Amino acid sequence: MPSKVKEEEKILGHYLVPKHRILSLEESIEVLKTLGVRPWQLPRISINDPIVRILNGKPGDIIEIERDSPTAGKYKAYRVVVSY
Amino acid sequence: MSYTSNYKENEKYLIDRIHFSLLSPIEIRKMAKVTVIRPEIYEADGSPVSGGVRDPHFGAIEPGERCPVCGNTREDCPGHFGKIDLARPVLLPHLGDKIDVILQSTCRNCGRILLPDEKIAYLTNIYEKLKEKWPILAETFSDEIAKQASSVSECPHCGYKQFKLKFTKPFNFYEVRPEGEIRLTPSEIRERLERVQDKDIKVLGVDPKAARPEWMVLTVLPVPPLSVRPSITMENGLRAEDDLTHALVEIVRQNERLKNFLSSNAPESMVEEAWQTLQNVIAAYIDNELPNIYQLSHRGRKQLKTIAQRLKGKEGRLRGNLNGKRVNFSARTVISPDPYISIDEVGVPEEIAKILTLPIVVTSYNIEDARKFVLNGPYNWPGAMFVYKTKQNVKIDLRYQRNYRQLAESLEIGDVVERHLINGDIVLFNRQPSLHRMSIMAHKVRVMPGRTFRLNLLDCAPYNADFDGDEMNLHVPRLEEARAEAQELMLVENQILSPRYGGPLIGGRQDYISGSYLLTVKTTLLTKDEVSLLLAAANYKGKMPEPAIIKPEPLWTGKQLISLFLPQGLNFEGRAKINAGELKCDNEKCFFDSYDIISNGKLLMGVFDKNAIGAEQPENVLHYITLEYGSEKAREFLDNVFRMFIRMLEIKGFSISLKEVEIPNEAKNKISNMVEQAKNEIQQFINDYKEGNLEVIPGRTPEESLELKIIQRLQKLRDDAGKLAISYMDPFNNAFIMARTGARGSDINITQMAAMLGQQTVRGKRISRGFRTRTLPQFKPGDLSPEARGFIIGNFRVGLKPYEVFFHAAGGREGLVDTAVKTSQSGYMQRRLINALQDLYVAYDGTVRDSVENIVQFKYGEDGVDPMLTYHGKAVNIDRIIEKAKVNEK
Ligand SMILES: [Mg+2]
Ligand SMILES: [Zn+2]
Ligand SMILES: [Zn+2]
Ligand SMILES: [Zn+2]
Repeated sequence: MPSKVKEEEKILGHYLVPKHRILSLEESIEVLKTLGVRPWQLPRISINDPIVRILNGKPGDIIEIERDSPTAGKYKAYRVVVSY
Repeated sequence: MSYTSNYKENEKYLIDRIHFSLLSPIEIRKMAKVTVIRPEIYEADGSPVSGGVRDPHFGAIEPGERCPVCGNTREDCPGHFGKIDLARPVLLPHLGDKIDVILQSTCRNCGRILLPDEKIAYLTNIYEKLKEKWPILAETFSDEIAKQASSVSECPHCGYKQFKLKFTKPFNFYEVRPEGEIRLTPSEIRERLERVQDKDIKVLGVDPKAARPEWMVLTVLPVPPLSVRPSITMENGLRAEDDLTHALVEIVRQNERLKNFLSSNAPESMVEEAWQTLQNVIAAYIDNELPNIYQLSHRGRKQLKTIAQRLKGKEGRLRGNLNGKRVNFSARTVISPDPYISIDEVGVPEEIAKILTLPIVVTSYNIEDARKFVLNGPYNWPGAMFVYKTKQNVKIDLRYQRNYRQLAESLEIGDVVERHLINGDIVLFNRQPSLHRMSIMAHKVRVMPGRTFRLNLLDCAPYNADFDGDEMNLHVPRLEEARAEAQELMLVENQILSPRYGGPLIGGRQDYISGSYLLTVKTTLLTKDEVSLLLAAANYKGKMPEPAIIKPEPLWTGKQLISLFLPQGLNFEGRAKINAGELKCDNEKCFFDSYDIISNGKLLMGVFDKNAIGAEQPENVLHYITLEYGSEKAREFLDNVFRMFIRMLEIKGFSISLKEVEIPNEAKNKISNMVEQAKNEIQQFINDYKEGNLEVIPGRTPEESLELKIIQRLQKLRDDAGKLAISYMDPFNNAFIMARTGARGSDINITQMAAMLGQQTVRGKRISRGFRTRTLPQFKPGDLSPEARGFIIGNFRVGLKPYEVFFHAAGGREGLVDTAVKTSQSGYMQRRLINALQDLYVAYDGTVRDSVENIVQFKYGEDGVDPMLTYHGKAVNIDRIIEKAKVNEK
C-alpha cells in the first residue's frame, strides 16, 4: 500500500499541479476587497479535492492558485473552498 | 368578475422561480367552466353546439361577443378551460417511463417500495443529499431503486408475491404471471399508484407536495380555451378549425362511444377496444409523433399538429417564437458587388429606402430639411411616411394625405417626421450564419437604383459572402443612442482587425491581389495615360509624381504609384507571397523582387501580393497601417488604392484559357517516362509483397506497409510531374500568377490541370471498394496497381478516361458529405457554446463575470489584453518597434 506521505509528494510534485496556498484571513479580506466580491462569487473548489485535503483547507477558506500562463507568464486565480 | 379590475398598473413582480407539476383532477374540475359531451361543433344554424368543443363558455373570441363566464369582450376575456370526463381512466403517454419506475419499485398489493424499511430510509438519506449537491444525478436515482426493487419476488412488508412487469412504449404494461402475460388496464395502474404512500414516493423522484402519482393517469381531461385553438373564417365563409379542436372532437367521439358501450353492457372485447382507442387518441392529442400509435390526421393525409408539435423543433414555440422573433424596420434582398462604394457603405435600393423609415425630431436646425421630406410625400424619395404632431398628439399617415404643402408648412419644432432612409444613415447589415462578431456590421446607406443591396468586395471576407445568389439582411436602428452606438462600435471601419487573432480580416482577395501584383511587379512600366487612369481610379488629387524613366517617353513604375498612398513614416520589411521555391530570398539583396521593403512610406523593393495586402494575413502592410495610423486611414487606403488594383487589371486584361495550362510535348514525354518509372517501382513493391520480401514498417501489417509505400511513391510522382509542368510555364502565365501571389488556386490546382490529377482517396485510403475484389469490372481481381485503385494519370486539360471520372466522383463525393455533416455538427456546437457564454462580459476591473457578477476569470485572457489590438496574438512586437525606429533614424 502506498504511504500517505508518498502520495502527497506525488501530487505536490506533479508538473501539472500548480502552486496552491491558503490565504490568511487578512489576505482573504484584501483579495475580496480588491475584486469587490462576496466569497460565493468566486470560483469554487471542493474540500474533497486532493490538494485541498493536503493543505487541510476548511469551507470558506480562500485558496490562491498561481499558474503558468501562456499569455501572461504567471496568473493568480482564487477559489473558495466549499464543503461539497 | 373581471380579470382587468384587480390589475394595478404600477405593480411589478419579479419571477423568482418556475415550478412544473401535474394538475390534480380536482383542480381540473374546479377550473373547468364547461363539460364537453358532444362531438359536433356547430348546430345546423351555424351557432356553436352547447356542450361541444366550441361552447361559448370557452371564452369570447368573436368581435363584440360577451363571455358568458366572465362577462368580458374578447379583448379582456382570458379564455376559460373546460373538461372531458373520461369514461375510463387513461395514461398520460409522456409519463410512461415515470409510471414504469414507480410500478417496478412498489408492491402490487400494499404499494410500499419493495425493499426493507431500513434500506428505504438509507436510500432516502442518500437521495436527499444527492438532490442538494447533484440535482441532475438525483433525477436518475429512482432508476437505481427500480432496478433493485424489480428483482424482489416477495414484498418485505406484506409478503405478497410479485411478478415481472413489462412496459411497451408508449402506454402498455404487462404483468408476467404464471398463466401468461396479462395487460394491466389504466384503472388497475391507477389503483396501484393510489396505494403508494407519500413517504415512499419522494425517493422515487415525485414531490408529494406537488403531485400524486395517480394523477399520471387521467380521469378527467382539461380542454383548453378557444383562444388557444382559434378557428379561422375564410373569405368564402367556411370555417376551418384548429388542429387541436379536431383532435379534441375525436377524443369526445371516442369517449362517448366508450360510454355507450359501458351503459349498454356491450361485450368486454368491444369495451376493451374502445378504451384502447380512447387511450390512443389522447396520446396523439398530446404528442402526435409518438412511436407505435395511430396518428391523427386530416381527411387528406396531413398529420394534425397537436400539443407537442406546437412546442417542438425549429419552428416550434421555443426555438421559433421565443428564441427567435421577427422584427420590423428590416429588409432582405440579394447582394451584388460594387467596387466603387466605400467599404463602410451599403447600396440600398430606392424601393427599400422608401419603406424603411427613421424618426427625426424637428429642430430649428433641420426644419427646412424636414419640410422637404414632407413635401416629397411617401412615394418620392427622399420623402416621409408619417408626421407626429407632438402638440396635438396625432400621427398623420402621409399615404392618406393630399395636401403635403400645408402639412409641411404646419411643421413645428418638436414634431417628429418619419422620413425615408437617406444617404449616410447608419444601418446594420448582416449575413447568416452569424458565426462571429463581424457577421453584423454597421454601414452607411447609399441609396441606389436597382433591386439588390450593393456591397464593396472587400467586405466579403467578414461576411463570408459571394454573389452567387446570397441574400443579406438590413436593420435600421431608430433611436439616436442606438445609431450612435452602431456607428462607434460596429462600423465596418472599426472591424478591419479581427478580435479572433490580431490581424486584418478585411483585405484583398482574388483579383485585388492579382492586380496589385501586376501593378508593382518590376517589369510594369506605365505611360502617362495609364498613370492618369490609375490615379483617377484611386481618387488621387495631388501632383503627378516625377517619372522613373524620362526617355524615349516618360514612364512610371507601379511602386511609385503605391508609394503615393502609403502613410509618411511607414516602415515595413518582409517576404512577399511569391517568395518561395525558385524565387526564394531572405534579405534586401533579392534578385527576384520578392522581398518587400517600405521605408518612410516609399515602396522600394518587392511586389504587393497576398502577404502585403491580403485578407486574413496578420502582420502585413495593411495590418500595420491599421494599427499604427488608425482605422480611418486604413479605410481610405482600402477604398482608394484597392480601386487602383482593379483598374490595373482592367488595363492589362486578365483571364485564363486552356493555353495557360498547356505544356510542350517534351514535357509530356518526360511525364510519361516518370509515370512508367513509378509504375515499375510500384510493381516491384507488389511483387516483393507477394513474395513476402517487402520491408515491413514497424507497427504495421505487410498490407499496410505496401499501401503506405505505394501512396508515398504516387505522391512523389504527382509532385514531380507538377514541378516539371510548372517549370515549363511562362512566369507571366496568368494561372501561375494567381497561384503564386495567393490570389486564387495553388500549385496543386495547376498540376491537376496541366499534368495529372493524382491519387483519389476515400477516408484517406486508396479506393478499394466497389466489386468483390476489385474497384471496377475492367480491372483484374486483386489488382493493386495505381490505376486500379484510383490513381488518375490524366489531367483536366486533356480530359479523364471513363474510369478516372468514376474515381474522381467517388473522391469528390466524400468532400460533399463531409461539409454537410461538419456544418450541422459545428452549428449545433456553436449554439450550445453561445448559450453557455452569452452573458459573460469583461468588467471595468478587467475581470470576466457572468450575469450575477460571479467571477469567471480574474483577468481577461489571463493578461488583460484585447487580442484585436495585438500583433497576431503578441501584445508587444519588438521587431516591429525596432523596424519603426529604423525609419526615424533615416
Ligand atoms: Mg453563395
Ligand atoms: Zn487528475
Ligand atoms: Zn371569459
Ligand atoms: Zn406489499
